[in-house]
Amino acid sequence: MAKTILAVDDSGSLRQMVAFSLKAAGYQVIEAVDGQDGLEKAKNQVVDLVLTDQNMPRMDGLTLIKSLRGLATYQRVPILMLTTESSDDMKAKGRAAGANGWLVKPFDPQKLTEVVKKVIG
Amino acid sequence: MTIDMSQFFQVFFDEADELLAEKEKLLLAVDVSSPDPEDLNAIFRAAHSIKGGASTFGLTDMTEVTHILESLLDKIRKGEMALTSEHVDAFLVAKDILKMQLDGHRLGTPVDQDAVADVRMLLQSLSHDVVPVITTPIATPSFEVGSDTAELKSAFKIEMPDIAQDDASALIAELGLLGAISRLPDEGGKITLHLKTNEGKDDIISICSFILNPDCLTITDESNIDNYADKKTTESEEDLGYGFFEPIENMFPSVSAPEPTQVPLPVSVNSSPIVASTNQTDKKPVIKKEIEKNNLSQESSTIRVGIEKVDQLINLIGELVITQAMLEQRTQELDPITHERLLSSVAHLTRNTRDLQEAVMSIRMMPMDYVFSRFPRMVRDLATKLGKKVEFLTYGASTELDKGLIERIVDPLTHLVRNSIDHGIEMPAIRTQAGKSDTGKLSLSAVHQGGNIVIEVSDDGGGLNREKILDKARQNGLVAPDNMPDADVWQLIFAPGFSTAEIVTDVSGRGVGMDVVKRNITAMGGVVDIRSAHGYGTTITISLPLTLAILDGMSIRLGEEIYILPLGFVVESLQPAKEDVKEVNGKGKVVKVRDEYLSLIPLYQKFALEPKYIEPSDGIVVIVEVDGKKAALFVDDLVGQQQVVVKNIESNYKKIPGISGATILGDGGVALILDVSALLRSVK
Repeated sequence: MAKTILAVDDSGSLRQMVAFSLKAAGYQVIEAVDGQDGLEKAKNQVVDLVLTDQNMPRMDGLTLIKSLRGLATYQRVPILMLTTESSDDMKAKGRAAGANGWLVKPFDPQKLTEVVKKVIG
Repeated sequence: MTIDMSQFFQVFFDEADELLAEKEKLLLAVDVSSPDPEDLNAIFRAAHSIKGGASTFGLTDMTEVTHILESLLDKIRKGEMALTSEHVDAFLVAKDILKMQLDGHRLGTPVDQDAVADVRMLLQSLSHDVVPVITTPIATPSFEVGSDTAELKSAFKIEMPDIAQDDASALIAELGLLGAISRLPDEGGKITLHLKTNEGKDDIISICSFILNPDCLTITDESNIDNYADKKTTESEEDLGYGFFEPIENMFPSVSAPEPTQVPLPVSVNSSPIVASTNQTDKKPVIKKEIEKNNLSQESSTIRVGIEKVDQLINLIGELVITQAMLEQRTQELDPITHERLLSSVAHLTRNTRDLQEAVMSIRMMPMDYVFSRFPRMVRDLATKLGKKVEFLTYGASTELDKGLIERIVDPLTHLVRNSIDHGIEMPAIRTQAGKSDTGKLSLSAVHQGGNIVIEVSDDGGGLNREKILDKARQNGLVAPDNMPDADVWQLIFAPGFSTAEIVTDVSGRGVGMDVVKRNITAMGGVVDIRSAHGYGTTITISLPLTLAILDGMSIRLGEEIYILPLGFVVESLQPAKEDVKEVNGKGKVVKVRDEYLSLIPLYQKFALEPKYIEPSDGIVVIVEVDGKKAALFVDDLVGQQQVVVKNIESNYKKIPGISGATILGDGGVALILDVSALLRSVK
């Protein structure tokens, strides 16, 4: 069965691009518009991978990651941050929150699918 | 890159447009002395999202501007810098520039590169109080996607002495505009940067020279070494643009058999990041595969449809309404007992058709916010320019109006708002003298009233000057007696070329005059009304029909023909007594209605028809009113009142004087819709 990926980003164009590329690569994609939305959708269905932006209204990416790690079902689900800030500080924060890796924006769709493939096959 | 990104451009453009509008709204609302942190965050996010999108889509010119904007906003939102009104002004200018760049990409409109450079300097000077002499070359706008790091030709290693943290980050940000920059861990009091770019060494030096002496710089060209050098893992990670905090196997339970005893999330500090496999450039066959089409935006709550499709739908509904009316009329002749079930089905059809019609018409409806939202900025700019203080309020922004009308109301409203600020609201000093608050109030409101929308532009300024208007009117050769009622005096300003010398300024009083405003509104089937009190302000009321496609009509009979009279113009109908109809020499007949003599327009003469009655006292006269002018139309009979679907006659045949359109009646016959304003003009 196709693996499901939760893509969380407040920017519709980026989210659609992420979703489009991943769907093209054969994944199922659930889109969420911010951390809050992402958390609710993640609770409804346990996904195989979470991709989340950092800067979002209502709930930011780090908070989402922390909240997900607080759920029993999300202890072992890989979470990648999509971020424009690739500073060491941001990475350290992401890691502390429980992210498994990061991907700097802008990225091209091919790279995204590659990274995703590495993680969930 | 193998994915066709163009399909996302439109989404990005629309999104960026919305974000810019949102940003402007927030900026205009922000209280400089004590800004709401949530608002600052939202403004920051807007800039951030535009930057993210722009860089993804390779719109480098926009990325550059948003980048500087974003870093400045970031400082402000983190409290490192206080928000000043200069900031707000600069952000608003930046918004305009971004909009211009966006339109440049989307519509191919010209982009003023000097203005772009200016705003970058402005923002930069605000962010580190250093006015840069040169800015980096502005990338020519291009739709070419794929200016990602992989395509940057050269790589440089830049070493420099340790400098202040602020300077370092400013420099990194500046250099970042040239390409992809990464900062390696500092060693021995040196800052080492790694830059991948298409620019040359000289550009790097000229940028660095703002901050430090170029002699202290060591720049090594690593373009060739880069591919072969065995890089430190951190470096390759940076270049790849991604990394993992731990080996993949650890976070991939389905491959490495999970052990129940394992700590849920092992975060080992020394874990080595995964280096991308060397076959990174292998073609991934999956991507360009023909995917199930259009499954990308299933989550979006709106869809964009061409207006012609909507119009076609409306037209079809119009036909359906006619067919339904015909059916209803035919079935009424049937015996209700024997055809009970058929009749009840037809009644259902009638109800459903009406609902359907309403639902479809609402597609074309847009909230007035579409128009109102452009005013706060204009008011602010104009008030600043004129040195006036204006508080701007809008009411009823959610009131809906037909899209066609809403677009045509923009110009007249803009003119009225400008007028109010320019001529209506006084300078603060004068206001204080007059015992008013120094801040003038200007409000725009929209409200539904029956089948109309009523839009008001209201100010608490000086009001219209009766004497001045009368003087000017006499100069222009208009008839203006001293005892003219106020309402009539105000209407004089709608006369063509009417503008009193004192009130012509740089802002308004030139170009489009009030006469054009009035003409535009009348063309939309609307009415303009003015209320004003000297010293207390002016209110201009515009009343428009909600839609042009459907009209409330009164059907009248003239001989064998049926005509439709737009109900909005009808005041009353009556059968005049013989003695009330009088002949005036050379001017035709008049009718006396409650001590008022109205010109009588015998419609049968206008259309050369054979009427049933020649004497007005045998038929009916319908009193109509346009712009305060009344007349009596003499017709044979009143048939009824109904909603009719307006069909354009001009585009199907040609313009006929006295006729504004046509419609199809319930019996399938065609009825012409009378152009009441034209008929009234003809009696003058």
